[in-house]
Amino acid sequence: MKASFLRQFRILFSTLIFICFFIIFVDLQNIIPEKYIKALLSLQFVPSVLAYLSLKTVLSAGFALVLVLTLLTGRTYCSFLCPLGIGQDIFSRIGGRIRKKFRRFGYKKPFTIFRYSLLGITLLVSVIWGFYMLTLLDPYSIFGRFMTFFAKPVVVIINNFFAVILNRFDMYGLHHIPLTAYHLQVYAIPAAFFLLIGILSLTKGRLYCNTVCPVGTFLGFLSKFSLFRIRFDENKCTRCGRCAVGCKSSCIDFLNYNIDVSRCVDCFNCIEICPDNALSYGIVHSNEKNTETDEGKRKFIAGSLAMLIGLPASLKSQDRNVPVPGKGSTVKENKTSPVCPPGAGSIADLQKNCIACSLCITVCPTNVLQPAWLEYGVAGIMQPVMNYHKGFCNYNCNSCTEVCPTNALRPLVLEAKRLTQLGKVNFIKDNCIVKTEKTACGACAEACPTKAVYMVPYEGNLRIPETNTDICVGCGQCEYACPVTPFKAIFVDGNPVHQVAQKPVDKEVDIEIPTEFPF
Amino acid sequence: MKRRDFLKKSAGAGLAAGAAFSLGGYDKVWPAEMASAEYDMVAIMGGSPEAMFDLGIQEFGGMGTFIQKGQKVLVKPNIGWDVVPDYAACTNPALVTRVIEHVFRAGAKEVYVFDNSVDHGPSCYRTSGIERAAKAAGAKVVPAHSERYYQEVNIPGALVLKKVKVHEVLLDTDVFVNVPILKDHDTTRMTGCLKNMMGVIWDRRWWHSNNLDQCIADYGLFEKKPVIHILDCYNVMFRNGPRGVSRQDIVQMKSQIIARDWVAADTAATKLLGVELEKIEHIPLAAKMGLGTTNIESLNIKRIQM
Repeated sequence: MKASFLRQFRILFSTLIFICFFIIFVDLQNIIPEKYIKALLSLQFVPSVLAYLSLKTVLSAGFALVLVLTLLTGRTYCSFLCPLGIGQDIFSRIGGRIRKKFRRFGYKKPFTIFRYSLLGITLLVSVIWGFYMLTLLDPYSIFGRFMTFFAKPVVVIINNFFAVILNRFDMYGLHHIPLTAYHLQVYAIPAAFFLLIGILSLTKGRLYCNTVCPVGTFLGFLSKFSLFRIRFDENKCTRCGRCAVGCKSSCIDFLNYNIDVSRCVDCFNCIEICPDNALSYGIVHSNEKNTETDEGKRKFIAGSLAMLIGLPASLKSQDRNVPVPGKGSTVKENKTSPVCPPGAGSIADLQKNCIACSLCITVCPTNVLQPAWLEYGVAGIMQPVMNYHKGFCNYNCNSCTEVCPTNALRPLVLEAKRLTQLGKVNFIKDNCIVKTEKTACGACAEACPTKAVYMVPYEGNLRIPETNTDICVGCGQCEYACPVTPFKAIFVDGNPVHQVAQKPVDKEVDIEIPTEFPF
Repeated sequence: MKRRDFLKKSAGAGLAAGAAFSLGGYDKVWPAEMASAEYDMVAIMGGSPEAMFDLGIQEFGGMGTFIQKGQKVLVKPNIGWDVVPDYAACTNPALVTRVIEHVFRAGAKEVYVFDNSVDHGPSCYRTSGIERAAKAAGAKVVPAHSERYYQEVNIPGALVLKKVKVHEVLLDTDVFVNVPILKDHDTTRMTGCLKNMMGVIWDRRWWHSNNLDQCIADYGLFEKKPVIHILDCYNVMFRNGPRGVSRQDIVQMKSQIIARDWVAADTAATKLLGVELEKIEHIPLAAKMGLGTTNIESLNIKRIQM
């Protein structure tokens, strides 16, 4: 195939994909419809596998397409569809601009045992305990966290800069958006990964993808059977070595006319670099295939076995930190359980299916969804949790349930979401302004969308809140609105398993419409 | 003034007046002047919100009575809730459009609309239909959901609320037109003209924790007062206010109150809502602060049935 076309097509396509991913994560005004977001995410490998495991529908099986694509074309996924991979290519390009040396890769030996062992551990942990390792290592989730934690604040700052300037000229198309931070500790993991992947991609190309990334390792393994791949024409090759120097994956062993297919991400750079047209992309005949396949398999199995024996027992203790069901309301602002987002069903389900890509957190318009620190225990770090001190769940919003790529948050139509009880309201009379200050307040009752919090006569003209947990949906508007500090006088205690709230009683107002003015 | 000058000027004035009469007709010159002196409050019943406003504002001599040419005007509806217009938690969007049209016709240079919503701001702007209605009428819809938009001002004479952060557009505009909606209210029993001011300030929590009723009354002392109050009583929320739970909470009263005195307008509105004034704290407090009168019998009210 024509060389320059392949590489240029790859660059164009991946740039578009990257821009799309960037936009959905920093869509400050929530303009992009959820269905487009979902369509874009449907081909992300790990999210799609998880969605399929929980939904078992053909539409959720985007990963199958990726498998077919890999068997046909090799690891094109890593160059064309993986946002983290494309991001690394961008970094690596920048690296080349900064120092020419960064652009000179050369052939390196693969870390075969490490790769397959890590994949083995990840799979094993996922099967036995849950997706903790995937949460950490899945490239899409890592990319999502980079966007939500680091890129979005930058975009917000730029947005605010222009909003302020435009406002000065009496234009209000851009809104000034308050910049809010998460738990400081939560930044540790994405920051560490950003440093690791950033430095590796700046200096070593796709080293992360070819040593750590479980998707890269898995697809690399598959691509050993792929139909199309890059091959040498030994008659044309002059052994100049330019291909190896330009290979981001450091996988071209030109001295032996050998390309490590498991590490090749089909970026097609080598094809363009080669001055003698000795490299091409096409169908490889069986006799050309190298025999390393078997060794890879062997190492894979050996690595997996090794991990079985040496599994860190500490992971098991994580489960103990998962909150147990609450006993009911207490007098102090004493939450027995965190509140998990709508569509999760239960904290256990959320923990089982969520890989903490933080897309729900970034699309949440009210910032009530925050990455958890230890609310769900160690295993739930970075998973979405409702924080009613930072925001409230807008009654008419179901955005988070619409975008989740792994089906950890299942789609809820608005009517169903409005009856999903995330938690129950608890009123602490001794904290309430009406009792302590003897002045009117009712911020909680005002904001309550179902009147699960309402006012009853107290002293004189004063009225004080009362609650009806049957119709409470646990949206947290009351807790957010409550002006009392540091402990709120009203709070939502999470339902570890979501329940169905009753519909508010609805009857006609019994008032005669006046035909004359009563004044 | 010399006699000759006087004669010249009066001749000129006579000519101008004559021209006005012949061009614009008798009723367009006089009723405006006289009516504006005559009525303290106009109450209209039985029409659409737009038609009632058209008729009612005429009794004050049109919006031109309150607005001079080239002025910047703030029209402040209630956009507090992420709720569709049918639920009447926010001011009727058709009324907002019509008010803005009148303001422009009176010669305003620019019209601004905002509200510091309780629900998620941009959603409220959208769902209430007011953003679209205001933009359609040519107004600028200003965001109000970040503290950056607010500036601290002093309120001399206030008992509690001595300082408050108000939206900068309120400070930058020349004229302030208040377009609240009448509703039942869980905390203050009713919300109308005075209570609508909680949408131009930033920190409502502070009000709630520092004698809310007094804060509402105190805020009325702030120098930048609305020149006219247009209280939407077309669909009135009779219970579960101020947000409302369902359409069953709404009674179609098909009314509107237009007044210069917000205490009086709110007092009249309590009677529409059927709440005793004694049960409401902030209106009598506002009257005590000298913001208006609750004694609406003493006022000259024009009542119009359509």
